[in-house]
Amino acid sequence: MTTTATEEKKAPEQPKESFAQAFLHGLWAANTVTVTILAVVLALVIGGILIVVSDPDVMAKYGYFTARPGDALGSSWEVVGDAYASLFKGSVVDPAAVSAWISGEGGWERVFAPISETLTYTTPLVFTGLSVALAFRGGLFNIGAQGQAIVGVILAALAGFLIPLPPVVHLVVALLAGALGGAIWGFIPGFLKARTGAHEVINTIMLNYVALYFLTWIIVQKGVQNPDRTDAISKPVDSSAQLPRLLGDNLRVHAGIILAVLVTWGVAWLLNRSTLGFELRAVGNNPDASRTAGISVTATYVSVMVIAGALAGLGGANMVVGSTADALTPLVVAQIGFDGILVALLGRVKPWGVALAALLFGALRAGGNTMQSVSSISLELVTVLQALIVIFIAAPALVKAIFRLRAARAARLSTSLAKGW
Amino acid sequence: MTGVSTITADELVVAPVETGFWTRSRKVGLGLAAAGVLAAIAFGALATSQTARFTLSEDAQGAALAIDGTVGAILFGLIAAAAGAAMFTDRWFPWLLGVGIVAFVLSFLCWQISDAPAGQNFMPLVNIVRGTFLLAVPLIFGALAGVLCERSGVVNVAIEGQLLMGAFCGALVGTMAASAWVGLIAAALGGAFISLLLAIFTIRYLVDQVVMGIVLNLLALGLTGFLYERLMQTNQAKYNQPPHFGNWEIPLLKDIPVLGPALFRSNLFLYLALILVVVIHIALFRTRWGLRTRSVGEHPTAADTLGVRVLGLRYRNVLLAGVVAGIGGASYTLLLYSFTKNMIGGKGFIALAALIFGRWSPTGALLAALFFGFADQLGVYLGAINSIIPSQFLAMLPYLATILAVAGLVGRVRAPAADGKPYIKG
Repeated sequence: MTTTATEEKKAPEQPKESFAQAFLHGLWAANTVTVTILAVVLALVIGGILIVVSDPDVMAKYGYFTARPGDALGSSWEVVGDAYASLFKGSVVDPAAVSAWISGEGGWERVFAPISETLTYTTPLVFTGLSVALAFRGGLFNIGAQGQAIVGVILAALAGFLIPLPPVVHLVVALLAGALGGAIWGFIPGFLKARTGAHEVINTIMLNYVALYFLTWIIVQKGVQNPDRTDAISKPVDSSAQLPRLLGDNLRVHAGIILAVLVTWGVAWLLNRSTLGFELRAVGNNPDASRTAGISVTATYVSVMVIAGALAGLGGANMVVGSTADALTPLVVAQIGFDGILVALLGRVKPWGVALAALLFGALRAGGNTMQSVSSISLELVTVLQALIVIFIAAPALVKAIFRLRAARAARLSTSLAKGW
Repeated sequence: MTGVSTITADELVVAPVETGFWTRSRKVGLGLAAAGVLAAIAFGALATSQTARFTLSEDAQGAALAIDGTVGAILFGLIAAAAGAAMFTDRWFPWLLGVGIVAFVLSFLCWQISDAPAGQNFMPLVNIVRGTFLLAVPLIFGALAGVLCERSGVVNVAIEGQLLMGAFCGALVGTMAASAWVGLIAAALGGAFISLLLAIFTIRYLVDQVVMGIVLNLLALGLTGFLYERLMQTNQAKYNQPPHFGNWEIPLLKDIPVLGPALFRSNLFLYLALILVVVIHIALFRTRWGLRTRSVGEHPTAADTLGVRVLGLRYRNVLLAGVVAGIGGASYTLLLYSFTKNMIGGKGFIALAALIFGRWSPTGALLAALFFGFADQLGVYLGAINSIIPSQFLAMLPYLATILAVAGLVGRVRAPAADGKPYIKG
């Protein structure tokens, strides 16, 4: 069911080039890296326009634009530049903190704080992104990462404060409980798809909300709700079930990021080196041919969704055993499941690509916090940027047209998923 | 590769059609009969001998249908069981299913009402009907937006975003222009804006329709949230105090007992929703546009061969869907409230569920939306009488019902054949 037949006509064979020539040649072609960078640039430009038009003071200056255009443009540049500078300072490094450290006035922690925040936000996105990406490769669209993460966080938290266990064992049990919860929630749509043909998109959307309501219910049950509080919050997870912090207690980055890298490696191995991975990709590409070749399509659908669910469940577990929170609240998993969809698309549904995309999105989130507190630009701008980036990624033809790029192969998302309900 | 081969992966996975004694009707009948018997036993045992009154007014006064709690719970449970048993004749499936479900709900209500705190052993039907319809309004608009899109072969997962954008634009422009009507037009345009993005990217740039819908929901969430914090929170009076439409009474119709006060002393949006259901139903099944829309949704190549402009029709229908959903979103901000962040809160996805549960038809969508609205209203009512049933489980009902429907347990649902498949000419 390829829909890209017209786009994928290969360019005629090029004569051999030196590396430098090839590099320059590739730079302006619509390949993955170029399109991604240009998509980010486009998103930032639109975000900048949004910042300007939503600032009444700056817009007032546009009222006399013809008389003194410098005023309007100057203040626009200032407000946008200030916002994006905060975004950078909050996610990568703050030059002021570095110079303070060098001159001995500030500690090293302030220098690494932005990176620490970025990695903290990156960690759960790696898991949910991998969850969505893995299902994609198997030909399934897992919109249910959100629900799987929610069930994962519930079981992980319950294991974290109901079962008394020694430190390391407790952490392992909590993580496994999270993975199990996600796996159960992934199994349901996988099984229904395999047995009845019910579309996984519909079922995963519905299960997201079932999970959310279950979460809001279980938080206020006796034995779960924090007895000292009247609002909807559970007891805190025992410290024996917490992931250790990597850079001391003042920085939030925790061992979850190491786990995320290991899991990325594991998923990459699973996809590219294992029998299941081969079957999964075969089913994703062409279920009919796979069935003819003797692969059990139904069994593959179920196992894909179980593994995808377990990954999302691990991402959910990260939200209570990491440093983000230590108790269940109705919003404990934030948007990691939906963001995971964007991350998977941005990462071109390849494991290491997903990890890099999660890093970018984690940086945007971390920087967004600084942007909000320092430049008082709403954090919601980050959601807009993320959505815009993925829209441009998903339509490389548009980016190509805007920047007049030459055609290149393999720059577009697989649209082989366009198969409807 | 025209993308229109008739056999898809999904169809091949579907279990073979049941043959022999255990037809779908009989399986469902068995389930219903078991549920009925269970209801008679469990609800009957739990119910008290208090009289359960269903009053035909807004309070405890006036005429009422009254029945002893225990008797009612057992009686209605048995009726549900009988309806299930009757399904073994393999006939009148939809009617028996309807009777069975209603009887089951009544059995449940007899238990709940008789078990309510003293003095509250009544259910005001006028309130319930009114609440059901009001809660269903955004769902009806959303589901109709889905019908318009998906009947012409474009999956619309962006209903949530269209509703949200409609609510936002209605509040913003309505406040600035100090006119609810201008706000309504702006809301329609806001919904159409999201639709326009959906149309351009899925029809022109062939982006996967589900992917695009999900991303657009996030875009709408971010965009409205961002502008809300930047504009509305800083200057509430200037940007976020939308004028509201009042209640309009319809002469004659308002005097019908029960239905009159519940439905015809209501607001513009409810009337508009009900009119739209009729209009879209007639348009879809009785006009040239409808025939073309359905043919484009089922078999675009054939339609193209006969001279229908497939892509043009899809553009037009998707935009129209955005207008409808945008107006539905305005029912949030131009009726009672002002805009708040993420104020649709998942209703767009319940509308999607109503669309699917209603089998992609306007009337089906209406009934499904009312069913979901009733579940919502029941949650409110049970909360008011301190029921032991957690409201969260009632809130799950629409989603669970949809899963059951899609899995083929409560009748087979089938999407338009070309739904979700981009059309490439040639």
